[in-house]
Amino acid sequence: MFAAELLVAQNIGFAVIALAMIVGALRVVTTNNVVHAALWLVVVLSGAAAQYVLLAAEFVAITQVLVYIGAVMVLFLFGTMLTRARIGTERDLNNTYWRLGIPVAGVLFAAMAIALASSFGDEQLPKEPRVIGVQEISDQIFGPYLLPFWALSFVLLAAIIGAIVLARKD
Amino acid sequence: MMSVLAVEVPYWGQSLLRVLGGIVAVLLPAGTIVYVFLFKMMSFMQSRLGPMEAGPYGSLQLVAEVGKWLQKEDIIPERADARIFKMAPVVVLVSTFLLIAVVPFGPDAWFTNFEVGIFYALAVSSLSVLGILMAGWASANKYSLLGGLRAAGQLIAYELPMVLAVIGVVIQAGTMNLQQIVVAQNSGSIFGFDGLGNPYILTQFVGFVVFMIAIQAELTQAPFDMPIAESELVSGYMTEYSGFRFLIFFIGEFATAGVFSLLTSVLFLGGWGVPFAWFGWSDVDSVANWMNVAGPIIMITKMMLIAFIIMWVRFSSPRFREDQLQRFAWKVLIPVSLGNIALTSIFKVVM
Repeated sequence: MFAAELLVAQNIGFAVIALAMIVGALRVVTTNNVVHAALWLVVVLSGAAAQYVLLAAEFVAITQVLVYIGAVMVLFLFGTMLTRARIGTERDLNNTYWRLGIPVAGVLFAAMAIALASSFGDEQLPKEPRVIGVQEISDQIFGPYLLPFWALSFVLLAAIIGAIVLARKD
Repeated sequence: MMSVLAVEVPYWGQSLLRVLGGIVAVLLPAGTIVYVFLFKMMSFMQSRLGPMEAGPYGSLQLVAEVGKWLQKEDIIPERADARIFKMAPVVVLVSTFLLIAVVPFGPDAWFTNFEVGIFYALAVSSLSVLGILMAGWASANKYSLLGGLRAAGQLIAYELPMVLAVIGVVIQAGTMNLQQIVVAQNSGSIFGFDGLGNPYILTQFVGFVVFMIAIQAELTQAPFDMPIAESELVSGYMTEYSGFRFLIFFIGEFATAGVFSLLTSVLFLGGWGVPFAWFGWSDVDSVANWMNVAGPIIMITKMMLIAFIIMWVRFSSPRFREDQLQRFAWKVLIPVSLGNIALTSIFKVVM
């Protein structure tokens, strides 16, 4: 009985957060100011972190905050403020081909929906939500997923070296 | 259900108590640091008396200052982005309040007992950069924007050595839970000698020094106060703020100093505990109940010690130049802390 109550509260929480995320995402593309768009993106990303908390994935949620809000968004804001960040509204922020984005977004959504449906099917979340410990995650990363982990590290290293090469003056 | 002085407290009551406790644990250290260190210690170091008029020995000066700020006009520059301008100080203060949530003050006196506590603390402490960038941009002032950009560059550069210094502690304790880190230090032993426990300031001294330098920079205290350098940038991202909005920034600065000092004492000085060998305790469940009263007092003492070091360095060091500051982080602190991690893991595996 307790579990059923918990799921009701969870669903309400999910709906509220999802609504905030959708509004935020729409504002990212419709607002007339670059910095406002970046700040709305912060709302969307923190909503994603909140959804992870609802799924009892604390570690992933905190990683989301640390990486996306603490680092990526700060770099975004840093970049826009260094180059073009005027206060007030700007015209011609919209790309002339923005209508092309709608079918692309539709195709992406369909692809993700099919991928999720085919890999999980009718599987349900466990009735008793359990917080996955850090040790289990690290056992997975340094066990079965070691090769992808190495590949990712290699890609990141290549990106860092590329950035250094681009930034060097000589 | 938890019982306080034999009174059963329901869940909502506990939550309320914890929130109130968190507010006290943020604001009390902030006020103490401002009065003891900023008003009095700085004055003595400069051979003057400091505030003496308000209250005995100037002890009510803080009340007078807050009263002064609260009655000032709330000025927003005409061309500023008003909504973001108002939001920015709140974002900075909220990141401080989020930070206190994982600091343990006793065996049962904690706000949340979070499995990945220290990771959470590092994540939410990076939120304040957002507030600072928002303040710098929304002020519509070139000095503010420059200050905001400098602050962001500095905070990103010094967040890395801070995280890397903490990793040494996490490897040695074998957990990211701050409560467990306290227990690991107090029930530990150095080469079989357990009279002191194993405070990581002794066995992780390199990590401690790197962490102290990094929090000095994270708090933008001198010698790392390039973002608010008053002789070049007026006061950086805070230039356009006045009245209670400036007060929020001011509280945020010293409250964060207090919370970071509390975190440092948890990570390196043994937190709320005394060496468990003194009383024959073995783990957190066997710790006597009176530690819930003694723990906060021990924590505040250690907090004052760390805050003293931070303020001492602040009042006696000249400012780093921007390029020196970045070079110091990337070429000295990060390699040193990486070496510390390598050494710690070798010792952990060998011993």
